[in-house]
Amino acid sequence: MASGESIKLRYDVDGRDFVTCGQASEDVKRTLKSIGIPSASIRRVSIAMYEGEINMVIHGGGGVAEVEIFDDEIKIVLADTGKGIADIDKAMQEGFSTATDDIRELGFGAGMGLPNMKKYSDEFRIESRVGVGTTVTMTIKF
Amino acid sequence: MNSDIKPVYLDADKCNGCVSCMKRCPTEAIRVREGKATVMYERCVGCGECVKVCPTHAKKESCDGLGSLKDFKYTVALACPSIYAQFNHLDNLDYVLNGIKKLGFDDVYDVGNASKKVSAATMQYIKRAETVKPIISSSCPAVLNLIRMRYEHLLDHLSPMKQPEEVAAEEAANEAVVKTGLKREEIGIFLITHCAANLLNKHDPHNEIDRFVSFKEIYFPLLSEMNRLKKSELEPLSKCDAIGVSWGSSTGESMGLGTKNFVVADGIENVMTVLNELEHEKLGDIDFLELNACTQGCIGGSMNIENPFLARTRLRLFREKLPLGDFEISDGYEKLARSEPYTGLESAYRLSENRKEAMQRMISMKRIYAALPHINCGDCGAPTCMAFAEDVVKGLDVKCKYAFKEKKP
Repeated sequence: MASGESIKLRYDVDGRDFVTCGQASEDVKRTLKSIGIPSASIRRVSIAMYEGEINMVIHGGGGVAEVEIFDDEIKIVLADTGKGIADIDKAMQEGFSTATDDIRELGFGAGMGLPNMKKYSDEFRIESRVGVGTTVTMTIKF
Repeated sequence: MNSDIKPVYLDADKCNGCVSCMKRCPTEAIRVREGKATVMYERCVGCGECVKVCPTHAKKESCDGLGSLKDFKYTVALACPSIYAQFNHLDNLDYVLNGIKKLGFDDVYDVGNASKKVSAATMQYIKRAETVKPIISSSCPAVLNLIRMRYEHLLDHLSPMKQPEEVAAEEAANEAVVKTGLKREEIGIFLITHCAANLLNKHDPHNEIDRFVSFKEIYFPLLSEMNRLKKSELEPLSKCDAIGVSWGSSTGESMGLGTKNFVVADGIENVMTVLNELEHEKLGDIDFLELNACTQGCIGGSMNIENPFLARTRLRLFREKLPLGDFEISDGYEKLARSEPYTGLESAYRLSENRKEAMQRMISMKRIYAALPHINCGDCGAPTCMAFAEDVVKGLDVKCKYAFKEKKP
């Protein structure tokens, strides 16, 4: 269990802004490097968080990313107030995507976002209510 | 890198303490202290951006001069393909190599010959089932250092192949020993270089290059020698084929790999955007990444004379005239591969080697940052407000003239 003082970070993620998308995961990555987290763990955090940010932009209409870094793990909470997910089991399947054609055109929407986030996390939780929003909580141990 | 390795140095009298180099440095390795630009060499990748951007030409590459020819009994110059692109009206590559020889060398080795071998070896390496793809080219020394320093977790993508100039140096040294019967230490292998990052090789224990001579320093004497040469007396020294010569500009390396599935980026900021994509596993099914720190590739290096865009056209025209060499190498690719994999250098960015202490410092750093104006003016001598906060927690005596001031109502 994580203990001691932690580093708390908070980012606003803009909806439908692909240009600045990824800045939160980039900042988290730099922070982890500065405190000497092994590169293999940073890679997992970086991919999981980037996928989450993309989801918030594509599906969630933006939201807030809250990150807490302990000396042995990182906890990432991504909360949006978007349209929500009707069938979470289906959304977790590899290759399933509700992304529109124009978003696929940009190279996103391969249906790997949530599965990758789960794959790279040690603990993964997703809560969603249609019309209210989605919250993903990921814990990755270093 | 090891902080004893200094690819660039400052002519302090010329430095007027402006923030140009500090702002341009892609790894935030420069600070302005007491009115002079100082380099944190452990973070320097040797990209040469500071040299290119300095308005007073105070930043210089740490080269050896031709005066060091006298340190050896027998000398060989290594000439890279980018050199061919530096001359107008050049119709025969041998003018350049013969001209270089006349500057006082006993022999000249065409690095393009080594480049085409590296291409052939990489072609074999791509075909291996166990190769981690995309393979990142290891031929640009600045990009190589950038990955070791900032993208340590992508090291398994790095091509194990030696850089063409390393291969050339080994071959030239071996040939010279056999030809002259001299001892290795009596033979001087000189790289005519256009690239500040090449200078980082100086401290590599496997490096066979003994001296580094700046191309821009020999340009005028070389031009005079070339003008004196008659076509009839040219010694056939150039061994460049169409692939070898292409290596001088970006995309050249990728053209010789037998795959069309490659991505090319040049300019160090652009290189970083591609590495970020790879980091997020967004590149898909790509075989090879050719990444060059300089705009247009090696011809964009800080010690070139010609505009890199014009230089590129010249190389293209040479390529069209030259034959295509062998696409196969007789030995396995391993012969041109490094014996040890590259190691990471990310510790240059750690706040402390002790994680708990590093976290404490990070917490203070974020708190200090919150009180800063976030205008990245550079007045404090650091490139960004975040870098300033980092300098404060590292215990440096720095001040921000805007910090902690309350806003007037």
